[in-house]
Amino acid sequence: MFILHPKRLFKVPVEAENIGPDVFDEKSANEIAMLQVWEGKRKRRLDELFRIEHKTANASEKTTIRISGDVSKIRRIGTKMSMGKIIIDGNVGMHLGEEMEGGVITVTGNAGSWVGGMMKGGTIGIKGDAGDYVGAAYRGSTKGMSGGTIIVHGNAGNEVGCFMRNGLIKVYGNVGQFAGIHMGKGTIFVQGNSEGRAGAQMRKGKIVICGNIPSILPTFTVESIKPKVKIDEEKVIGSFYMFVGDRAEGGEGKLYVSQKQNQHLSFYEEYL
Amino acid sequence: MDLAINNGKIVEKINENKAKVIDASGMIVMPGGVDIHCHIAGADVNTGRLLRPEDHFRDVEAKTAITRSGVGHSIPSTFTTGYRYSRMGYTTLMNPSMPPLEARHTHEELEDTPMVDKATYPLLGDWWFVLEHLRDGLIEECAAHVAWMMAATRGYAIKLVNPGGLEAWGFGSNVKDLDDSVPHFNITPREIIRGLCKVNKLLNMPHTIHVHTNNLGKPGNYVTAIETMKCVEDLAEENRPNIHITHCQFSAFKGSDWQTMSSGAEEIAKYVNHHNHVTLDMGQVIFTDTTTMTADGPFQYGLYQLTGNKWINHDVETETSGGIVPFRYRRKSAVNAIQWSIGLELALLIENPWKIYLTTDHPNGGPFTSYPTIITWLMSQVARKKTISKIHKRARRKSLLTSIEREFSFYEIAIVTRAGQAKALGLTQKGQLGVGADADVAIYNVNPELVDPSKKYKKVRRAFKRAAYTIKGGEIVVKDGEIVKPVSGKTFWVDVKTSLPLEVNDDLKRKFREYWTVEYENYPLRKGFLHNPAPISIKAEV
Repeated sequence: MFILHPKRLFKVPVEAENIGPDVFDEKSANEIAMLQVWEGKRKRRLDELFRIEHKTANASEKTTIRISGDVSKIRRIGTKMSMGKIIIDGNVGMHLGEEMEGGVITVTGNAGSWVGGMMKGGTIGIKGDAGDYVGAAYRGSTKGMSGGTIIVHGNAGNEVGCFMRNGLIKVYGNVGQFAGIHMGKGTIFVQGNSEGRAGAQMRKGKIVICGNIPSILPTFTVESIKPKVKIDEEKVIGSFYMFVGDRAEGGEGKLYVSQKQNQHLSFYEEYL
Repeated sequence: MDLAINNGKIVEKINENKAKVIDASGMIVMPGGVDIHCHIAGADVNTGRLLRPEDHFRDVEAKTAITRSGVGHSIPSTFTTGYRYSRMGYTTLMNPSMPPLEARHTHEELEDTPMVDKATYPLLGDWWFVLEHLRDGLIEECAAHVAWMMAATRGYAIKLVNPGGLEAWGFGSNVKDLDDSVPHFNITPREIIRGLCKVNKLLNMPHTIHVHTNNLGKPGNYVTAIETMKCVEDLAEENRPNIHITHCQFSAFKGSDWQTMSSGAEEIAKYVNHHNHVTLDMGQVIFTDTTTMTADGPFQYGLYQLTGNKWINHDVETETSGGIVPFRYRRKSAVNAIQWSIGLELALLIENPWKIYLTTDHPNGGPFTSYPTIITWLMSQVARKKTISKIHKRARRKSLLTSIEREFSFYEIAIVTRAGQAKALGLTQKGQLGVGADADVAIYNVNPELVDPSKKYKKVRRAFKRAAYTIKGGEIVVKDGEIVKPVSGKTFWVDVKTSLPLEVNDDLKRKFREYWTVEYENYPLRKGFLHNPAPISIKAEV
């Protein structure tokens, strides 16, 4: 196991796609120290930014990287990782686990925007809050998250699961606007509230909102009231309005909204 | 044989003791490549860049000690465009479709495209003044106006895009065929094409009219393409070309809808083989993710409806329109695969290589970086068969390619990638290595005496991808596929000398005030706007 201790608080963004189990694998401590990262416009060696501690523990932890300290200016940690584990004790910056294919990332603090952008597999767990564009596509692209799981225990920002193509995103806190925008397939579960406009332009997939939502987009039609919703393997009990849309796109996506938390949507019941 | 270069020109001989000698034995030496039709600069290209951040994200070129950084797969940034062309041995590029109003933007970007000489064609097929003059039968006045426009926009040739259709698009409609009337102008596409063809002749322009046909990209449009060629047949003289049909693949669809669509290449090739007044370029389709951009607004709208992709559509005041839609050509799509086949069928069925040139209509059919791949398709039946085996079943069944045995020689490749294009453009200094020509030379590391291109096509492709040397204006700019010296090229434009001084009368000035957002005084490019201009003086017959 490698433990990275930040030597100082970083003030400018650091591009660190080289921090990942696939890159570290089979490398000596010396080679890892020589890995290149960019701090702003300056090229740095990894050991200029971190004190690198190498622990030869049991075999299962061989491909584990632990970062202890605040790295909220560090971007692209775990880019394209396919195995192993990254544990971050503290906050982390943007583009965490971008295009990740496998393995596990755990963050005890908050994460920046674009967590798990375009990820294909693996698991990301965030104990704190996440920024905007969780599991989203890169700007302009139509290929968002296509597999894997992202679990945010705090709140998430806007456009969660933008252009999502498959996989699962769970947010135990609240989400901002446009959760599941342009969604193609997959599941988004929100235990808290949504700021609205959920599922805009979705064509398929499932969005579940257990908290409050100000309104439903006019391009969604109400279908029925369901007593429970299945999310992956588990079931969420509680009655839900089921909407289908986005009809403006000929979409068949399903949007479940808690009946109890959304009394102001009761007028939809007369269309059932 | 030795080739002597001095002062940027090919010369008879030179003192060998003092000269730098390049040993090109066992390699192919060609004139620098010429691209007759590639969208590399201007408002549409730059808007396409803005529309597609994901296109840049995947393709990044880092800065080196001498070159700048850049991004972009289908629409590379200006410097990268210049570098990539130069690496393939290209030295002259023609940027088609410049809305006259965007002339400044286009020229500024062209000046930022290094390593190559370039020129641009203003769009005049839907320009109000041209329509009005032609409607009233004022050919000479129209010619004088076009001459003024060439100087005002520093243009090189007359470009027509869906003549009449773009004006109609301003009112939400399109023209159906050559004899459909343009709303509010009471003129037909046939009259516009014939009129501008006459104007082109009166002005003695170096290039012919450059036409993007009506009904582009619609099944059954090969009829329109042939009609367009026919409509100027009687204006031709002495077997000289007087019309260039650009990206002809997009105008060679047969069938009544997308289900019955097939190739009309055979019919077009038959016509072109029997007539000498036409030149074409392929507009070959490549199976990749690209960005389509044309001035043909209604076509782009149709493409958006077909794909549901993000899109941009724009009406350029009284001049033209424009549209951009990202597009992915797929092997497993019958339509796309037929399109792929049509481009190659055209090139292979037209017997005379001086009549058809290699383009992809960059970036509409695919990025220009795929030219080496197209060269191998033209040179090798094996390479074609390999791709045919992977395409959609219906397209494979319908493709004529399986029955065509022709394989291009290196000489024919030299014609379709430079000599023919230079000749069609009237660029006498380019596309040849005779004494007095510009010293633009491309050297490819493949020995034509030892390598059989029909079998060793991969070797040929590698060689054309990375030129062993590119020499631009007598300087070595690329060595072994890498830039060794960044240079900036010239911008050609046609300086037409008419018998009367070029000026706009009061009536037109008044119209500028009424219809344009730009005042007449601010419209023409001022003297000295281009940093490295290369005006070509011609004497007009008006």
